[in-house]
Amino acid sequence: MGELRLMKGNEAIGEAAIRAGVDAYFGYPITPQSEVIEYLMAEKPHERTGMVVLQAESEVASINMVYGAAATGKKVMTSSSSPGVSLMMEGVSYIAGAELPCVLVNVVRGGPGLGTIQPSQADYFQATKGGGHGDYRMIVLAPASVQEMSDFIKLAFELAFRYRNPAMILSDGVIGQMMEKVVLFDPIPRWTEEEIIKMSPWATTGKPLNRERNIITSLDLQPHVQEQRNIRLQNKYATIQEKEVRCEKIACDDAEYLIVAYGSSARIAQKALDIARAQGIRLGLLRAITLWPFPTKQIRELLGHVKGILTVELSSGQMVEDVRLAVEGRVNVEFYGRMGGMIYTPEEILGVLKAKIIGE
Amino acid sequence: MTEEIIIAGFGGQGVLSMGKILAYSGIMQDQEVSWMPSYGPEMRGGTANVTVILSDERISSPILHFYDTAIILNQQSMDKFEPSVKPGGVLIYDGNGITRHPSRKDIHIYRVDAADEATRLGLSKIFNMIVLGGYMKVKPVVRLENVILGLKKSLPHRYHDLIPDNEKAILRGMEIIEEVKV
Repeated sequence: MGELRLMKGNEAIGEAAIRAGVDAYFGYPITPQSEVIEYLMAEKPHERTGMVVLQAESEVASINMVYGAAATGKKVMTSSSSPGVSLMMEGVSYIAGAELPCVLVNVVRGGPGLGTIQPSQADYFQATKGGGHGDYRMIVLAPASVQEMSDFIKLAFELAFRYRNPAMILSDGVIGQMMEKVVLFDPIPRWTEEEIIKMSPWATTGKPLNRERNIITSLDLQPHVQEQRNIRLQNKYATIQEKEVRCEKIACDDAEYLIVAYGSSARIAQKALDIARAQGIRLGLLRAITLWPFPTKQIRELLGHVKGILTVELSSGQMVEDVRLAVEGRVNVEFYGRMGGMIYTPEEILGVLKAKIIGE
Repeated sequence: MTEEIIIAGFGGQGVLSMGKILAYSGIMQDQEVSWMPSYGPEMRGGTANVTVILSDERISSPILHFYDTAIILNQQSMDKFEPSVKPGGVLIYDGNGITRHPSRKDIHIYRVDAADEATRLGLSKIFNMIVLGGYMKVKPVVRLENVILGLKKSLPHRYHDLIPDNEKAILRGMEIIEEVKV
């Protein structure tokens, strides 16, 4: 077993980055995720592993540093919170277009605009449907605990490199700021130059005599070439959708009613589930772990016995659209959310379930 | 066993660190723990609070609206959290600066005048440990030896010479806490 610590979610992100053998972190502070860069700076990872930690002049600079460093086949990442992530979206589109692996962390706060520093889940659309321009997708992981903040850093890099695609950890102010027990994974050494050349033959590692130049770009002005690039991307996305869906099903086997939630909302919903079960209500919880690819099939599979679904999110209703697409009108799908940094109680969720789904 | 606690007071009273010590103590006795602070503008010079959960089982929601125990250290927090104690639950407060005392009849109320006692002892910095001692007397959820281990974990090494003072404060808190009948 790895090392046990009591950590904030944001600190776990920082420690996991060092242990995952990350080569560079570029970021800019913003509440509620500033502890990521604070932790990294205090830990002096250049002394532990040689990892570079740099406070850039802005989020725009951070993401373009990530773009440049990722082109060399290095493990690179950034983190921010909602307004900062909006600033990064142009860069993310370029990175997706150029098919580079990297990891972004969004510790979501309430919006729109500068909004509030309190927790929110209103960046689901931005993370899973675009945000930047063009037909691209990010792999999106939604941690629901400090443990997963750590574990998903490792997983996000594995997926990012397997598919040469940006991966995002979509967290929020609750998971970022809370402290829980975390078992840290054993450190993975940073890749050597030789390992990078072998594993990532596409990377700009310096042209030897025996191969053509590697060019990293998202630009192809000839439509037929750009279409081929898009088709290649879409084929890759189809493979990810087929192979990389992750979700957790809690008490779903005999569930008559279902809550679908992710991240901190799934934690609150689980408490609602405990209360409901104690009252004899057969309620299940499907927690989406990958938000893209979305667990469409996993929700569909439950429709044999589930009579109604409540989706809860700290937003005006974003993921609920994907739930409705999965269900295709076969059962009633209702939504309940809070906005602007307000958080529902388990009792509140259960009340809505009874009123809208069970019909009491 | 699950114990759901809110600790609330002014920024600077050691509210968050008391919660952290409790969480570490829980880890020392192999419990699941969560520590969820208020991190808003109120923390920057106003009220601060932290929700701590200690449990033998996996913890679901880290955010709560009803608590087994509320530890209340100023009037604003009294107004906000007295109604949030579960019926049959415990409310512990320091009388210093309290103008409207708790009045619920369906909960157990205890008073620990830790601020006065800390001043008397000349140890104002360990005010929060006196409160913690009071809590430990009323609700023996965490054991003293685990709290000391927790202190060692959560305090930077350079402050480890203060641990005996902390222990003294905890023991004093256990002595001076009193049940209040309303």
